[in-house]
Amino acid sequence: MVKLIFFASIREDLGVSAAEEAVDGATTVAELVQVLGLRYGSLWTEVLSRENILIAVNQAMAGLQHPIVPGDEVAFFPPVTGG
Amino acid sequence: MQTKISVQTVEFDVGEETRALGRVSSQVGAITSFTGLVRDINEQAGVSGLFLEHYPGMTEKQIAEIIAEAALRWQLQAVTVIHRIGALQPTDPIVFVGVASLHRGDAFNACEYIIDFLKTRATFWKKEQTAAGPRWLTTRDSDVESAKTWQ
Repeated sequence: MVKLIFFASIREDLGVSAAEEAVDGATTVAELVQVLGLRYGSLWTEVLSRENILIAVNQAMAGLQHPIVPGDEVAFFPPVTGG
Repeated sequence: MQTKISVQTVEFDVGEETRALGRVSSQVGAITSFTGLVRDINEQAGVSGLFLEHYPGMTEKQIAEIIAEAALRWQLQAVTVIHRIGALQPTDPIVFVGVASLHRGDAFNACEYIIDFLKTRATFWKKEQTAAGPRWLTTRDSDVESAKTWQ
């Protein structure tokens, strides 16, 4: 299982703020996105594949090829707008 | 170097935060600070309020990293970063960056560096309330360009 967290527009578009999900053999963020798309449908694939989406694994910025292992915290969010 | 990082809903007191920076050490010869306010005009006119959210844990870690980078470039005695979250109205103070140093040059530069990278890297998101309804803000190109000038 990995812990998923979604922020801002990503959370609103998916209608989910956090979830515990089985990885089903996924070893990278990209594979996890594929697994989630198969599990929850094309909306998830569309939202999690947006060009400007940002990803953090265990609270550090990561790319689609970043490895994931059970227990990881994987967050998806749009570009930041603080300050 | 002493650092204070706070993500909070309550308003901060710029005067008190600045005085606290001056009390850190008798070596401090300069304090600079930046205070950001909520405006009623952004990309669209008629902004009646903002709602800010952040990624608890990661945001504080990122701010600590940005401060540590600044401390490698300039000699700093103390840094305070306060960022508010939750519901805010126009004219509300939203962010405070305060830097104490031996000399003004380091204090000015570090303060600008920290706010530039806070805007482009720290995990905060603003949702604007406008007459046309709520909308999530997008990153400003001018903010990205400001941060790039430090590379």
